Amino acid sequence: MSIIKGRVWKFGDNIDTDVIIPFKYKARTLDPKELAQHVMEGIDPDFARKVKPGDIIVAGKNFGCGSSREQAPLAIKAAGIAAIVAESFARIFFRNAINIGLPVLEVKGISEKTDEGDLLEIDLLQGTVKNLTKNMAFKAAPLPDMIMEILKEGGLVNYLKKRRRIEGQ
Amino acid sequence: MNLTEIIHDESLTFAEKMLTIKQIEQKEVKRSGDIAIVSVDLAAGQDGTSPLAIKVFREMGGTKVWDPSKVLLVIDHTYPSGSSQISDLHKLMRVFAQEQGVKLVEGSIIHQIILEDYAAPGMLIVGADSHTTTHGALGAFTTGIGSTELAAVWLEGKIWLKVPSTIRVYVDGDLPKGVYAKDIALSFIGQVGADGANYKSVEWKGDVVSKLSIASRATLCNMSMEAGAKNAVVEYDAITESYLKEVNRSPMIIVKSGRKAEIEDEIHIECSKLEPMVAAPSRVDNVKAVTEVEGTPIDQAFIGSCTNGRLEDLIEAAKILRGRKVKEHVRLIITPASRKVYYEALKLGILEILFEAGAVITNPTCGACVGTHLGILGEGEVAIASSNRNFVGRMGHPTSKVYLASPATVAASAIKGVITDPRDFL
Repeated sequence: MSIIKGRVWKFGDNIDTDVIIPFKYKARTLDPKELAQHVMEGIDPDFARKVKPGDIIVAGKNFGCGSSREQAPLAIKAAGIAAIVAESFARIFFRNAINIGLPVLEVKGISEKTDEGDLLEIDLLQGTVKNLTKNMAFKAAPLPDMIMEILKEGGLVNYLKKRRRIEGQ
Repeated sequence: MNLTEIIHDESLTFAEKMLTIKQIEQKEVKRSGDIAIVSVDLAAGQDGTSPLAIKVFREMGGTKVWDPSKVLLVIDHTYPSGSSQISDLHKLMRVFAQEQGVKLVEGSIIHQIILEDYAAPGMLIVGADSHTTTHGALGAFTTGIGSTELAAVWLEGKIWLKVPSTIRVYVDGDLPKGVYAKDIALSFIGQVGADGANYKSVEWKGDVVSKLSIASRATLCNMSMEAGAKNAVVEYDAITESYLKEVNRSPMIIVKSGRKAEIEDEIHIECSKLEPMVAAPSRVDNVKAVTEVEGTPIDQAFIGSCTNGRLEDLIEAAKILRGRKVKEHVRLIITPASRKVYYEALKLGILEILFEAGAVITNPTCGACVGTHLGILGEGEVAIASSNRNFVGRMGHPTSKVYLASPATVAASAIKGVITDPRDFL
């Protein structure tokens, strides 16, 4: 999972969790697939049908602001999005994404230089993002070791299981 | 590492002291930017987040929560349930609570319950709800997390937190008539923006804050989240002391921010010039004076939520609505934040005044604020609400619009059927 290559979907600043997945959907199900059918509905009702597995979201600042609902990154992940690259993230969304194993990278200046449909290549371990369409490279804000470990395990569930197994031995 | 020295260290902020003290292994002082692994004094979850946490807890191999006395479950987001699917999720919570021997509260808003029955100065509280910043009103370090993380806390009783940098907000001057904590909070968010306090600790200070009730302080700490804050706090003082005496609780530890601590930013709010404010659609930082949007027709007025559904909020609304009537074809929905608030308002005759004015009084729930039930907006409808978010589709249809304001402004607007300056009625 350290190299992610995919097409870009662009979003603006302050994309909140109510537009990512309205409460009325998340209140009634724990099924990520059902949630994925309504992802981004508040901003682009056709998004769930257009998005392809492996695609990447590029957004402006404060992505995922609002509620603590983990169903927001879950719906995005279940829709097939492989990573989110944004100018900045709201803090709970950022933690939730890491915890469910959805890579999130903070890259300053990427939003205005990237267009929808561009092909991006992300190297998670190196913390680099290349725009292959425009032949540009960006550096992501480095992630603390602990966060990288959680991502490498595919999320907090596997991370904890593994750690508890090791400690139990 | 000496606890007393840390508490008295003038070079550390509230957040630095709290996250240093609460470390599982107290090896070193933690400063802004460091990562601390801390023990949790209370882990709370509601019905929008706990069912997922329960599922994940089992996936993690969890069988027993680390300490049942430190776990709180609350059914508040849709109570009583409005659909059989939601009922099934509520059932899941009841079964889990019983099996784990943890407290489950039904039909009061989580943050109000924590204020009423749990929070104390020096506690470290995490909650799977973004507005978990609320209990900083009692001098606790308290922050929102997601479901998977809640499950991990249930399993081990600890969490990693990056020590936030600090913004101090000084609120000084005299609070004019018709201006409340909500207006101060909106003014703050308008100044710093929706991400102006992202990842940060917000310390509320100043003459005005020192006179505010715990309920009003809770409004400030609650709304700090709408600027992205990790936690918000009002330090322990005489008002905290008398609140705790009333509810028969004692501080865990009294922690105050150091006078010489390194602060990222200082914001000053001069209250004497402050007017009643609104956050216009559809961003909480789209803040304007109410006078700028006066006359905007509304379909619904809502007073409730963890932000402004407390007794003092209902009293302010009743002052304005006493002997007056809600405009025809406008719905005024009043949702007390907890059963205690409801009962006190009932005993004081507040609900009678609101009822006579034509309000619909609902049971305590998050309801209309999150657009689940008891006040969902239709296509193109406009609401003014005492709650905390006005995002697209938050309270209903994606084309509906929400203005956020103080309970007084909501009450005044309900009477006129258009957005109204509450000072017209005071």
